[in-house]
Amino acid sequence: MSKENTKIYWKGIEELSGDPDFLKNASNEFPEYVPLKEQQGDYISEGTSRRDFLKMLGFGLGAVTLAACEAPVKKAIPYLNKPEEIEPGIANYYASTYVDGGDFCSVLVKTREGRPIKIEGNSLCPISKGGTTARVQASVLSLYDSTRLQSFYKGKDKPLQPSEYDAFDTEIINALSLASNIRIVSQTILSPTTRAVIQKFKEKYTSTEHVVYDASSAYGILQANKLMFGKYVIPSYDFSKADVIVSFGADFLGTWISPVEYARQYVSTRRLGKSKKTMSKHYQFETNLSLTGSNADIRVPIKPSEEALYVATLYNAIAANKLNIEEKKNDVLKKVADLLNANKGRSIVVCGSNDVNVQLMINEINRALGNYGTTIDLNQPSYQRQGDDERMNKFIDEVKSKAVDAVIFYGANPVYDHPRGAELAEALKSVKVKISFNERMDETTSLCDYVAPDHHYLESWGDAMPKKGIYTLMQPTINPVYKSRSAQESLLKWAGINTDYYSFLSNYWKSSILNGASWEKSLHDGVFVKTSEPTNENNADKKDKNNQNNNDASDSTKTIESVDWSKVEEAIKVYKTSEWELKLYEKVGIGWGSQAANPWLQELPDPISKATWDNYIAVNMVDAQNRGWKQGDVKKLTANGASVTLPILIQPGQTRGTVSVAIGYGRVIDGKRKVIGENAFKLADTKGGYVSFNVTDVKIEDTGDFRQLAQTQTHHTIMSRPIIQDATFEDYLKNPSAGRFIPMITTPDGKKKPKEVSLWEKEHDKPNHLWQMSIDLNACIGCGACVISCQAENNVPVVGRDEVLRRREMHWIRIDRYYSSDADSKSKDPQEKYFNTNYNEMEIPAEYPQVTFMPMMCQHCNHAPCETVCPVAATTHSSEGLNQMAYNRCFGTRYCANNCPYKVRRFNWFKYFDNRERFPENIAMNTDMGRMVLNPDVTVRSRGVMEKCSMCVQRIQEGKLKAKKEKRPVKDGEIKTACMSACPTQCIIFGDINDKESAVYQEKRVENAERVYAVLEELNVQPNVEYLTKIRNI
Amino acid sequence: MQVTSPVRPPLVTGGKKAADVTNDICKQVEGKPTKVWLVAMGISLITLAFGAYCLGTLWWEGLGLWGLNKTIGWSWDITNFVWWVGIGHAGTLISAILLLFRQKWRTSINRAAEAMTIFAVLCAATFILAHMGRPWLAHWALPLPNTYGSLWVNFNSALVWDVFAISTYLTVSIVFWYVGLIPDFATIRERATGVRRVIYGMLSFGWTGKAKDWSRFEAVSLVLAGLSTPLVLSVHTIVSMDFATSIIPGWHTTIFPPYFVAGAIFSGFAMVQTLMLITRVVYKLEDYITLEHIESMNKIILLTGSIVGIAYITEFFIAAYSGAPYEKFTFINRAFGPYWWAYAAMMSCNVISPQFFWFKKLRRNLVLSFILSIVVNIGMWFERFVIICTSLNRDFLPSSWAMFYPTFYDIGVYMFTFGFFFTCFLLFAKYFPVINMAEVKTIIKSSSGNKESH
Repeated sequence: MSKENTKIYWKGIEELSGDPDFLKNASNEFPEYVPLKEQQGDYISEGTSRRDFLKMLGFGLGAVTLAACEAPVKKAIPYLNKPEEIEPGIANYYASTYVDGGDFCSVLVKTREGRPIKIEGNSLCPISKGGTTARVQASVLSLYDSTRLQSFYKGKDKPLQPSEYDAFDTEIINALSLASNIRIVSQTILSPTTRAVIQKFKEKYTSTEHVVYDASSAYGILQANKLMFGKYVIPSYDFSKADVIVSFGADFLGTWISPVEYARQYVSTRRLGKSKKTMSKHYQFETNLSLTGSNADIRVPIKPSEEALYVATLYNAIAANKLNIEEKKNDVLKKVADLLNANKGRSIVVCGSNDVNVQLMINEINRALGNYGTTIDLNQPSYQRQGDDERMNKFIDEVKSKAVDAVIFYGANPVYDHPRGAELAEALKSVKVKISFNERMDETTSLCDYVAPDHHYLESWGDAMPKKGIYTLMQPTINPVYKSRSAQESLLKWAGINTDYYSFLSNYWKSSILNGASWEKSLHDGVFVKTSEPTNENNADKKDKNNQNNNDASDSTKTIESVDWSKVEEAIKVYKTSEWELKLYEKVGIGWGSQAANPWLQELPDPISKATWDNYIAVNMVDAQNRGWKQGDVKKLTANGASVTLPILIQPGQTRGTVSVAIGYGRVIDGKRKVIGENAFKLADTKGGYVSFNVTDVKIEDTGDFRQLAQTQTHHTIMSRPIIQDATFEDYLKNPSAGRFIPMITTPDGKKKPKEVSLWEKEHDKPNHLWQMSIDLNACIGCGACVISCQAENNVPVVGRDEVLRRREMHWIRIDRYYSSDADSKSKDPQEKYFNTNYNEMEIPAEYPQVTFMPMMCQHCNHAPCETVCPVAATTHSSEGLNQMAYNRCFGTRYCANNCPYKVRRFNWFKYFDNRERFPENIAMNTDMGRMVLNPDVTVRSRGVMEKCSMCVQRIQEGKLKAKKEKRPVKDGEIKTACMSACPTQCIIFGDINDKESAVYQEKRVENAERVYAVLEELNVQPNVEYLTKIRNI
Repeated sequence: MQVTSPVRPPLVTGGKKAADVTNDICKQVEGKPTKVWLVAMGISLITLAFGAYCLGTLWWEGLGLWGLNKTIGWSWDITNFVWWVGIGHAGTLISAILLLFRQKWRTSINRAAEAMTIFAVLCAATFILAHMGRPWLAHWALPLPNTYGSLWVNFNSALVWDVFAISTYLTVSIVFWYVGLIPDFATIRERATGVRRVIYGMLSFGWTGKAKDWSRFEAVSLVLAGLSTPLVLSVHTIVSMDFATSIIPGWHTTIFPPYFVAGAIFSGFAMVQTLMLITRVVYKLEDYITLEHIESMNKIILLTGSIVGIAYITEFFIAAYSGAPYEKFTFINRAFGPYWWAYAAMMSCNVISPQFFWFKKLRRNLVLSFILSIVVNIGMWFERFVIICTSLNRDFLPSSWAMFYPTFYDIGVYMFTFGFFFTCFLLFAKYFPVINMAEVKTIIKSSSGNKESH
């Protein structure tokens, strides 16, 4: 036991040997040395615990993280009280009216969260019928243009300074009451209420006279009608009832008076199908290749100086009393005369000349043909041009002779857009009070003492009466973006009437227009058509008179006055040709320059030349060749004592010995900057007080400079490829599929259609919808409204001139324009007609070519070449036939764009948004204001990704959702793509081909099944977009 | 002493013994950088820096800095890509196919050729990245697991095949090259001291030179050669499919795979020729890289150049014979359209110039060989440019026809790859054995001589 008791257990040798160092700590819980306590002690002595440390660490990390993030500046302000009508994410549409001088279009304004983002046509309007133009479409961007005046300006002693209204108004009232000769200068005023306002103003200031002129004048027509019929009006033209259409220089599809209306009518005579086998024949005699001329069946190039003689020759062939002139010998003219005589009452002859004598002959031709009452209606006149050139001329003389004390410019910029603008600018210095309502510091406004900027039309109340009995309303769709005030309100205020313009307008409508009809309904529809016209014709007539210029008050008879034809004879003989003649013309996009600051319009390719961002001198090919001129050579052109220095563009179709220059360029938009090109108004002729765009005695000199023109298309001929498939009307009648090229693929089992040869055994099902499109090449006039509509709808960036020069415009839809070549085969057999091999000759367009337009966008191929090559499957096919782009997935190899046979894919070469330095032109993405126009339903694409037409998938989705909520299938016509809805001629039909009742099915499978073709059918990519052959009535 | 076979001339001249080989090759690695090397390196680095600036700016600002447009989505970028990949092919061909065919003469040049392959493929990869709109998402081209659901790459796309082909090629080439370097690194290690010994020691992966090492080495080399061989054919075949599987006339051509492979070997050999002619003079390696080598290379250049020439003519014939009108136009346009000069450059450089090598005297002429090796590579660059650009610039719809004009940045990024290539190659030439010592020793036939003398 004892032995056992003495047994020693030890843990280590130290314990056994009784090492004092060991024993000292042996009884502690942790015999080894633990430094924890000392360390803690140290920390504690410095006042920090682990907890503190963690706290500090946490704070430090948080602080650093927070400091590293810049708090984003949010510019969105939430509603305190949500307006009843605004549902975030749901668009509201308001009917309104686009008015720019005499240009008119009834529109629906799409607003999102209280801001207008898109313009659509208003189908209720009997004039525009839902059609629009590029300018109408682009006007929504002009609303957000930060170069518009942002406040009132005052500057009795120059320069103009921003000012508040109150002081401003009293000063002006004082000044006006001292003035004894007041002039209001405006362009055509379509608004009856504005005329009433001016009347009120005149009542207060009795010395006031209202001078109306038009930058693009139709005074010749007005005056001719006054002389002949006693009516100072433009008649209603109805091209839809005409079988023969003859135009002498009137670009009625592009710019002449009411192009949206005429285009629709015109195209109704050009459409074909199973149920319609008639087609109008259209002759065009003109100098520059206009949009209308390029659509004509027969186009005759003439010189400006010859126009009168051509008209006179036709006059002699048709009218009863002949003129003693040296007739033009022209076979086409003879044919035209015969055809017109054979189609009495079913024809129309129009002329763009501003010479009253020429217009008198035109009137007489139409009267002899019995067109009044059928295609031309004087009883429902159009008021879209009211300008009086002679009065304007007189006004400038008055200013020069210091007979004017005060002048008010309302929507008029005569210093820029009148040929005598320079004289006026000089003379204006002597006018004591000069007031401008213009919305920007333009050429005229910067010479004024007071500037009270008018609202943009999307901000204002207003109305228009484009035709007798047809009234439309304008309503604000946003609070004024800048400090502006409606001109009418200003005028009322100065006239001492302190009602706001809305009350004035609604009162005026209720008392003078509506006749008891509903104001709300009119406002909702945007249009009010006075049906009770015949019963109170007297009233209406009187009102019309009030609405017209003062100087037509003397007309009271409706009898036709006798015209002194000998005078006309004399006038024709005045025209003398010269070495060079000049035709001034209006461009579809730029017009007379009122929207020259709009980058969408500047980048819209001219429908004919496909040039953007530039003004140029269009020259005939042979003329250029003979003189050794190259495109882009800068020339100095002198006419009527003024000159412009511009590059030349070689333009097929331009008459030999003539040049053309577009008006509307060289605008000053913000008081300093001159935008692009040169002002060509100053070149116009003003002999006899008429502004004439036909100019002779033109000199052209070399400058030695060169400026490349930014064209979106640089190859102009079709190279005999069956991309455009066309036929004559005659052949079409014999065989509706005339001109069709039907490719066949040789296989071991014989020849097969491309569609029958496939790698895949079966197609993917499209069980619900299959979205397809049909584009009628006979209906497309090439105007470009769709291009801008698409740009607005899909947030397509503007890239600027340099980038267009590098061929990088971003438009999702383009309009290809092809000229014919003399080398093209004249054969009608498709086998011989297409695929000729004389390549070099075919590259050269004819001197006077046939023109074809082809809208081209993503074809949404069912066997899409782009889809198979994308390495990351960023572009895929939907079960509804859409070729979709997933921008987020795209990393930008551009393989898809290379492999697209239609070259419709667009790559984001740069960051186009928030990149002001590089893309100052792209205001819709680079300015705070401009960004308001962006469509929130469509992504703004980042750099490095591919984009393209989505067939407005956001609209399809919206339509489908709406139908789903209402528990019904999607109705045909409910979903419209942006291009389709903008088209004034309805050449684009979109819909579900699975729906046998749909318009697109009817068009492609029933009405025009023989004419339908897919571009590049032989590739078997099976596009969902198909075209109808172009039929020419030659 | 060297034994000269009466049947064939020696592959290495100058009576070299194994020790001489080691000395001659290691001398370059061990010595101080020469003036020539320093100057060359300086130029390369400047070029690289300039190129890096251009590439950086390009990535910062966007691809708009290049001259591409809506019609021509690829031009210099893919031209350069294909050109570099093509150049790379020679290395693999020399080291793999010639190994399998037991062409011993390849041993003097395979090391440098393989190095060139790797650097060229890296240059090509630069363009894959550079041509992308959003290069930071390049990894999306790989079939990686992701959080986007079942989002996968598009296996239909030739670009995805390209990614596989190039990455496989690069990996296999690097491994093959490195494995071959191991015994030589060991040799250098054995001769070196200090830090150099440590570094080369690590690089040589503990090579001991035992019989077992050699046996494994040989086995691995053979396996890798077997793996590389199909790559010689497959890589450029797949690159050609980027074009061949598209629908653009001038691209959509079934002749492309063999035609591209021949072209790749053609340009690769020309590039090897250029580099070797310089190296042999600068490093005084005339005994290793002999006139025989140069002549053999020239023969291959002549052969492949002629194959390429036949391919060009065949394309034309098929364009006419097929009756495909767009195709027909494309080829007429290539030869006579706005880019006729590029076509003329291609034809004269690639088809006409190698024909000089039918003559033995010219084949063995160093100056002419050098000039023609550069001419061939210019020609091959134009070939790719002609294929890519002149097919795109005028395709189906005449409305979209456009021209391509290169910009400063097109040139700059191309310069970047030159800077990169030569910087890498110079580093290689200085710090790695440029000739495969181990293999060359097997062909100097000095052992039998030694035996006899005993």
